[in-house]
Amino acid sequence: MARVLSQAVLAEIERARARYPRPQSAVLPALHAAQEEVGYLSPEALDDVAEALGLPVTEVASVATFYSMFFTEPVGRHKIRVCTNLSCYLNGCEEILDHLCRTLGVRPGETTADGRVLVEVAECLAACEEAPVLLADEDRHGHMTPAKVDALLRALDREPSATSPTGPAGDA
Amino acid sequence: MPEPLLTRYLGQPGREEIDAYLATGGYRALARALRERTPDEIVAMVEASGLRGRGGAGFPTGRKWKLTPKRDGETRYLVVNADEGEPGTFKDRTLIEGDPHQIIEGMVITAYANQVHQAYIYLRGEFFLGHRRLSRALAEAYARGYVGRNILGSGFDLEIVIHRGAGAYICGEETALLESLEGRRGFPRLKPPYYPAVRGLYDRPTVLNNAETMAHIPHIVALGPEAYKSYGPPILYSVSGHVTRPGVKELPIGTPLREIIFEHAGGPRAGRSVKAVFPGGSSSAILTAEHLDTPADFESLQKLGSMLGSSAIIVLDDTTCIPAVIRRTVEFYRDESCGKCTPCREGTVWLSQILDRILCGRGRREDLDLLDSIARNMTGTCFCPLGESVPPSLRASLRYFRDEYAHHIEAGACDVAGGPHR
Repeated sequence: MARVLSQAVLAEIERARARYPRPQSAVLPALHAAQEEVGYLSPEALDDVAEALGLPVTEVASVATFYSMFFTEPVGRHKIRVCTNLSCYLNGCEEILDHLCRTLGVRPGETTADGRVLVEVAECLAACEEAPVLLADEDRHGHMTPAKVDALLRALDREPSATSPTGPAGDA
Repeated sequence: MPEPLLTRYLGQPGREEIDAYLATGGYRALARALRERTPDEIVAMVEASGLRGRGGAGFPTGRKWKLTPKRDGETRYLVVNADEGEPGTFKDRTLIEGDPHQIIEGMVITAYANQVHQAYIYLRGEFFLGHRRLSRALAEAYARGYVGRNILGSGFDLEIVIHRGAGAYICGEETALLESLEGRRGFPRLKPPYYPAVRGLYDRPTVLNNAETMAHIPHIVALGPEAYKSYGPPILYSVSGHVTRPGVKELPIGTPLREIIFEHAGGPRAGRSVKAVFPGGSSSAILTAEHLDTPADFESLQKLGSMLGSSAIIVLDDTTCIPAVIRRTVEFYRDESCGKCTPCREGTVWLSQILDRILCGRGRREDLDLLDSIARNMTGTCFCPLGESVPPSLRASLRYFRDEYAHHIEAGACDVAGGPHR
């Protein structure tokens, strides 16, 4: 009996499972789906994924903790990932990251106190022609400047949440 | 200069949709392949084209296909590596976002040539836009009968599944990618015995190719190997860093670095000059302005102790502090090391600590030899190419820019970047 995942997500995991000859191959798609619903991979979410795929939860947790896009603790509803690799480094990513962190009052890897925005450094986002680049949730923003960071943060303010279907803070 | 083949329609609005692709002759190569060619004939055409894998290693694609055993009744797989993450490389993402059907058509032809009926494309987790476009394109291709059962009435079946990664550079390494596709941590496998061609996905023979490689296939089949070669043969250079017109440049392989950087990428900003270049991503040994007349091909760059790799050209101008750049690359490999083998896991940490010391003005005279010695000890001892990617640029930088390191140690400051390093 699932603990936190909805029937819709369990059905999605079932469909993912059918795409591979072995159920374990569906772990990554299942974890993506679970994280999208819950906001992060809570112990309950990992249990549900393990049960849905017939795997030990330790195996699922081991996979979840290997990949940087999976979170096993609560994080900001919006995720801003600033590329700090070579081409962005050569084109001023440090100024962008500093400005973002100062404006939000966080350090890289931290979420704002209100639980709204996580700031992370990212490795090369494969968009070096637009350096410096960042990902705000699912959208890539290139040729970043401090002014464009400010505009981006204002836009995030206007929409409560772009990626989490559970909506504003506290109701997940 | 020949017309571009792979990038000709990039940037046209709506290009990612199937009708736009069909309007310019899309999927005609597939139709001809299925109707007029045997699988072995396609393999022979690809071999004759001279195409070398575009993921970084440059292994001849036709030969790779021949190495995959084709025993009756044994399942084989096609896996396409779209986990693009080598710093400076963005050609695969550009193709996936800008012309996804070209890659799908290449995959179907490749599957037919290798008599494969199940294919996976491992797409980098951070490619959200690419995922949306590729998913939609794949659904269109299924709906129009270019993928799925009995493709174009030929009796050939192929299922294609998009598999999203979740943030791990190591999964671009082919055996780590297969581990990840099997639902595990992305730890690389030992070769031998785990050569993907013979023991790949689920221990079965697996054709594993890069996404750009797939985009070449329809053109080879449509034009024939000789006409295809007359286009260069073409290759996609990703040019970035300190240039005024960065981007994906489709050019004949072997175009000199100088021409790529100055004519096609606009050269450095006004008043600046080129100081150094990574010719093949941050895993390739760094070169200097003196090397700019080198043709950017496999052999010429190898002769210089560097490599073409994923053909990602990162340009550094004269305002760049080389030790700081090298530290950034070492930190990257340190953070992305999977931790499985000691030389990579420990070596990258030691190197970054020593570089930190040098850059914050507390370097010691013996540090330069120490850096070189650690890098030498990592060479050939790491489990997979990730750890092996660290020594080339570090060692080359110690050779070409030794004075700059020495100045940091002796003066405790940087003359180039103007100010202290963090």
